[in-house]
Amino acid sequence: MADNKQKMKAYWKKNLMTLLFLLLIWFTVSFGFGILLVEQLNNFKIGGFKLGFWFAQQGSIYVFVILIFVYVYRMNKLDKEFDVNEE
Amino acid sequence: MDIITWTYILVGLSFALYIGIAIWTRAGSTKEFYVAGGGVSPLANGMATAADWMSAASFISMAGIISFSGYDGSVYLMGWTGGYVLLALLLAPYLRKFGKFTVPDFVGDRYYSNKARVVAVICALFISFTYVAGQMRGVGIVFSRYLEVDINTGVIIGMCIVFFYSVLGGMKGITYTQVAQYCVLIFAYMVPAIFVSMQLTGNPIPQLGLGGTVADGTHLLDKLDGVLTDLGFAAYTSGRKGMVDMFAITLALMVGTAGLPHVIVRFFTVPRVKDARLSAGYALVFIAILYTTAPAVAAFGIYNAIDTVAEKPVDQLPEWVGNWQKTNLIVVEDKNGDGIVQYLADKEANELTIDKDIMVLANPEIAQLPNWVVGLVASGAMAAALSTAAGLLLVISTSISRDLFRTFRPEMSEKKELRIARIAAGGAVVLAGYFGVNPPGFVAEVVAFAFGLAAASFFPVIIMGIFSTKINKEGAISGMVLGLVFTLAYIIYFKFLSPEMNNAENWWFGISPEGIGSVGMLLNFVACYVVSKFTPAPPQHVQDMIQEIRIPRGAGGAVDH
Repeated sequence: MADNKQKMKAYWKKNLMTLLFLLLIWFTVSFGFGILLVEQLNNFKIGGFKLGFWFAQQGSIYVFVILIFVYVYRMNKLDKEFDVNEE
Repeated sequence: MDIITWTYILVGLSFALYIGIAIWTRAGSTKEFYVAGGGVSPLANGMATAADWMSAASFISMAGIISFSGYDGSVYLMGWTGGYVLLALLLAPYLRKFGKFTVPDFVGDRYYSNKARVVAVICALFISFTYVAGQMRGVGIVFSRYLEVDINTGVIIGMCIVFFYSVLGGMKGITYTQVAQYCVLIFAYMVPAIFVSMQLTGNPIPQLGLGGTVADGTHLLDKLDGVLTDLGFAAYTSGRKGMVDMFAITLALMVGTAGLPHVIVRFFTVPRVKDARLSAGYALVFIAILYTTAPAVAAFGIYNAIDTVAEKPVDQLPEWVGNWQKTNLIVVEDKNGDGIVQYLADKEANELTIDKDIMVLANPEIAQLPNWVVGLVASGAMAAALSTAAGLLLVISTSISRDLFRTFRPEMSEKKELRIARIAAGGAVVLAGYFGVNPPGFVAEVVAFAFGLAAASFFPVIIMGIFSTKINKEGAISGMVLGLVFTLAYIIYFKFLSPEMNNAENWWFGISPEGIGSVGMLLNFVACYVVSKFTPAPPQHVQDMIQEIRIPRGAGGAVDH
């Protein structure tokens, strides 16, 4: 039982690390690139887009989608590793 | 065939489809009524969530808002998608594991208090009602423009349809109609966008067309910046809002999205925890298709409008201008009498007023697309409004039958509860319809604030309820009340009591009423934490429950009891 408790603690900790890492990217692309640094990034261009503007209206959304799927993949692996997965 | 015939056919067909699905998926138990029996596949749930989420405002108005605000419109794009990351990572899997039916259910159990539950119910009802009134109004507008019936008749027809499938089918009926509605609305949004992108930039993908070049070889966005600055407007790609305000509004919208009860409840309908995670991913993919297209539609729309109307002789305007002038959504007024339409930032001299809704609704006409595309946009707008209205009505009826009646009458039979749920859904439809016919002047204003309120009330207590075992009922109740009261007070003060004060100079830290929900959220977090520190920790069984919801195994079917 004590063993199990340790294991759950470790599982939770790894989960939190995953969240922290993904949310950091979430913050960077939207609030960082799309708002706080938008002026600086607008000095660069990709195609017809100013980079900051692109992040605010396109790029951040693409990254959001990727983040969720990375999370799904990572958590499914973690669940198996700690044997807490569903059938 | 003319536009109106096409519209009748397409709208009629889509309604027949929704009603057919409703009959096919009739709900037999409360579990089916509340969470569709907990057996919806993650893909279907993702689609249903997307339709539930994208309202008449997303479909009809959002692109237009961006057209006229350029970069500032990004708050909606990031705010209404970024919330799904929070939802997927911080809420959905744990609430699914918790395995009951509603947000107040979670708040009431986690904070072992019926008082907390009632506060949550009040928040849920308030948010849902303000939101649903706007949807019914949207239905009415679409009817009146395309089917040439009176707005009120339109609202009543819409009411009957929603009544039919939400009262009969509950969550099960709503889920599968929403899947159909998603398909209708995304098709209706993409077809004109692709056509217009082709015409303007030669690129069939609107997301790329936005960065493409127009006929004279310059980039579309550079061209827009130039044209708008020449007319005295701010450049399209630069902002007018303060950075702090941009930040606060985006945060409030993101967190509010994650705290909206009709969105959260969708994740109770899938079989397993891992399905809840995956389903949030699918939902965002389906939403992102529209949300990355919207800024393209916005830029194409304003470019086309200026290009075809501004500086043109008043008597030689294109046909669509005439069509939409009848609805007052576009107003041309030759003030200086020179026979030419001047579009200028200066309000005194400007002769062209374009309503934001035009950018999507008149899009097919501006681009001279075939008549059936116009009918398609009408049925898409209707699908967006109806699907959101139905999702909200379900939250209202569940809140009443389950969170109020069941809590205080635990011995009630399931059959009786189901009946109450149906009656409540019916009552809510009628009330929403009433607000659609007689919109209180503040409805449009208030819808945007529903997010701020959701951010300031639900989000912090749910997060703390999952990620901390120490937060207790005293903390949660004071947090919710403080967050809600503060946010409401700020909004009411600037929007209704002293609207003349509503400008950046008087705002706290330069944060507008739209963004104040993020401050309310912080206050909620702080109050939650501080009050919990000085009051007794939650009982052991609650702490055990928190440990339990943190691991996926054993979610089983949604618990019914």
